[in-house]
Amino acid sequence: MANVTLTIDGIQITAPKGATVLEAAEQAGIFIPTFCHDPELSKPGACRICVVEVPGAPRLLASCVTEATEGMVVFSASPAVIESRKTNLELLLANHPTDCMTCNKSGDCRLQDYAYFYGVKQDAFEGEKHNYPIEGDNPFIERDMNKCILCGKCIRMCQEVQGNNVIDFAYRGFNAIVTPAIGVPYSDTEVSNCVFCGNCVSACPTGALSEKAMIGKGRRWDIKKVTTTCPYCGVGCQFDLNVKDGKVIGVTSMNGDVNGRALCVKGRFGYGFIHHPDRLTTPLIKKDGKLVEATWDEAISLVAEKLGATKKTYGPDAIGMLSSARVTNEENYLMQKLARAVIGTNNIDHCARL
Amino acid sequence: MTNSIEEIASADFILAAGTNTFDAHPIIGIKIKKAVANGAILAVADPRLTDSAKLAKYHLQLKSGTDIALFNGLANVIIAEGIYNKEFVEERTEDFEAFKETVAKYTPDYVSKITGVPADTIREVARGYATSKNSSILYTMGITQHTCGTHNVFSTTNLSMLCGHIGKESSGVNPLRGQNNVQGACDMGALPNVFSGYQGVTVEANCEKFAKAWHVDTVPNKPGLTVGEMVEQCGKKIKAMYILGENPVLSDPDANQVMHELKSLDFLVVQDIFLTETAQLADVVLPAGSFAEKDGTFSNTERRVQLVRKAIEPIGNSKPDWEIICLVSTAMGYPMSYASPENIMTEIALLTPAYGGISFARLDVCSLQWPCPTADHKGTRFLHAKTFSRGKGKFNAVEHIPPNEMPDAEYPMVLSTGRRRYHYHTGSMTQRTGALDVFYPTEYLEINCADAEKLGICDGDKVRVTSRRGNVEVAAQISERVTPGLVFTSFQYPAVPINKVTNAARDPISKIPEYKVCAVKVEKVG
Repeated sequence: MANVTLTIDGIQITAPKGATVLEAAEQAGIFIPTFCHDPELSKPGACRICVVEVPGAPRLLASCVTEATEGMVVFSASPAVIESRKTNLELLLANHPTDCMTCNKSGDCRLQDYAYFYGVKQDAFEGEKHNYPIEGDNPFIERDMNKCILCGKCIRMCQEVQGNNVIDFAYRGFNAIVTPAIGVPYSDTEVSNCVFCGNCVSACPTGALSEKAMIGKGRRWDIKKVTTTCPYCGVGCQFDLNVKDGKVIGVTSMNGDVNGRALCVKGRFGYGFIHHPDRLTTPLIKKDGKLVEATWDEAISLVAEKLGATKKTYGPDAIGMLSSARVTNEENYLMQKLARAVIGTNNIDHCARL
Repeated sequence: MTNSIEEIASADFILAAGTNTFDAHPIIGIKIKKAVANGAILAVADPRLTDSAKLAKYHLQLKSGTDIALFNGLANVIIAEGIYNKEFVEERTEDFEAFKETVAKYTPDYVSKITGVPADTIREVARGYATSKNSSILYTMGITQHTCGTHNVFSTTNLSMLCGHIGKESSGVNPLRGQNNVQGACDMGALPNVFSGYQGVTVEANCEKFAKAWHVDTVPNKPGLTVGEMVEQCGKKIKAMYILGENPVLSDPDANQVMHELKSLDFLVVQDIFLTETAQLADVVLPAGSFAEKDGTFSNTERRVQLVRKAIEPIGNSKPDWEIICLVSTAMGYPMSYASPENIMTEIALLTPAYGGISFARLDVCSLQWPCPTADHKGTRFLHAKTFSRGKGKFNAVEHIPPNEMPDAEYPMVLSTGRRRYHYHTGSMTQRTGALDVFYPTEYLEINCADAEKLGICDGDKVRVTSRRGNVEVAAQISERVTPGLVFTSFQYPAVPINKVTNAARDPISKIPEYKVCAVKVEKVG
């Protein structure tokens, strides 16, 4: 593939032909902020936070949609660039709630990060503010459109990755808002076509879209993320279990080998069973028709004794073993080893047929 | 799957049969939508108007249990019009002539009478499938859960071989597996006839190999019983059962009988994370760990082995399943001890050729698709590139066989069962999430408007669904998803244990029950 060589902030960079200035900068480890850009999605070049200065160009250029060309000279943090980004942020903050201290996305919010990085305060502009009601009539996603910066990533995620076309921009100017058709909530699924995959949430750079059940459960910087594989269907999506104080408080996207950031409603929002009070926490033994609590020693001894006695009296084939399509490979392997090597039967199966 | 999930997005023609992909496998549904957005043609064969059927260019809305006729009909057109892949058939397959003879009578008009699919649609889909560059067949339980399930699968593979649409990228036969590790459970030999890696128990060399590795004198060399056979034999040949993470009382057909049979055991031990309907019958219940509490691996539907990582400590006094199995084994006089699941995988890799190159250290960097025989093997994206596992691909000529139980005067409707988007299997997990169960709290029976009108049923009315085996009560939902004569519900709600109604008749080869068709009557309650 042909390459181009350009200079960003005095650093010479060779990038593949067709790469954008943003991609070339990222390749060289040069930081350029972005809101509307997402490498997996189409490029509207809309938010202008990623502007850079190219001497000779009539204006600052959005680096996410400007192709890197041979011999190009780029300044990613010139005074004009910084001033433009600060003004951009000031305008966004002029109509943004100031509740970072209680916002669930605090610590995982690009607007907050960039405002901090560029030292932008809230009070540069004063004007009308939105007062949209918070949409929380479903158990999965909370939508606070007061915090939306209209980057449109949720729209493109839904269109281009999920393929459900639930949301789009409606109205113009100050009144512009991201909404399902005719302003229904997500929960009106017949109209909205929403399947609550939450892939829009994974794309949102601010607190506009949140995993509802995670709100108030832990600050982002206190959460430990553990990458694992989904326990539901056979697709094998990977995601991060969000753990705080030894409890799973949520699921967030990472870049899974099969699924990328996409998940479905069960994978993203179906983790509540882990800490459900119905979880079995102790062995049980049936006594007088009732299951009563027992120690591990009692339970394991009884199982070994009964299985051993059955084998002795009726032979190993009088014992049936059901392993599980829900547990790990290692556990399935051990279960068939137990059946074949220890009990001595091939009566082992699982629910593949169900 | 012979292909990888990602390859679906690049297929030119997708024939999805008996798969409610958008509900049951949403992330694969995304790949289908992507393929369609890229210009692929989607044909969906399903008695129900599922969301994927709505997206399809062709919805082959066949009568339940007529898949073989449909696939034979597609093959008939392709052969008659001379658009099959003669080179592939010649070089890579055998028994084509017998197959050709069998499908000769399955003309579009004949098939149309059996399936209800218009003859012209059959012709167009056949041409599209045969002449597209990369055609992919996707299927799930709508194909397999029939008394002719194995033959249904044969009919899909026949079609793929006829057109040479197998053994290449984005082109193959792709069963989408329903459970996170159903592929792995099979791979690991949790089946009555094979050790791990599908090494047959009747092959002497295999028995010797495993006996030696496990330090025992012998291992049994006669295939054991399948799940359905074990349950049927409870109290007879089977006196004790050890059930790990399964809920046959809700998941197996003819549930009243299942419950009766499990109760007739001398001893039942159930290992699970909840006190399921099955665990309630147990003599001993062992509390297990969920996926969040253990390390290990799952193998997905495209043979991809991925790590499961422990995120939290065991809940209460529960233990991960692998630790419990080791305890039972040790107590039975066979000391079993592993420092961690990683060590178990080391043993698996030693004994299982397809997993030979798989280790936790490699998986920690990236997932691997088996076959992955050696430590430097990169894994396998699609199967059968140059040769089939048995050498030549065999055409298995199969005839249409009607379902075991057809509607009659007393039970005039067909009941089919399946899954919902918001729930999973018997619901023991999803019904306890505080989210999915809140949004989608109750089950209903999909019934066509014409039938509802005839039976005096309004949307939301409670109805009783009765078969020869039992009955359940459920709310009716008048729906365009089902055709007149067909009703549908899921088996995911303990309050609607529909498997009291379903038919336990099984495929004679795979022993899979015929969940997709049984005869019922529906009546309004009260």
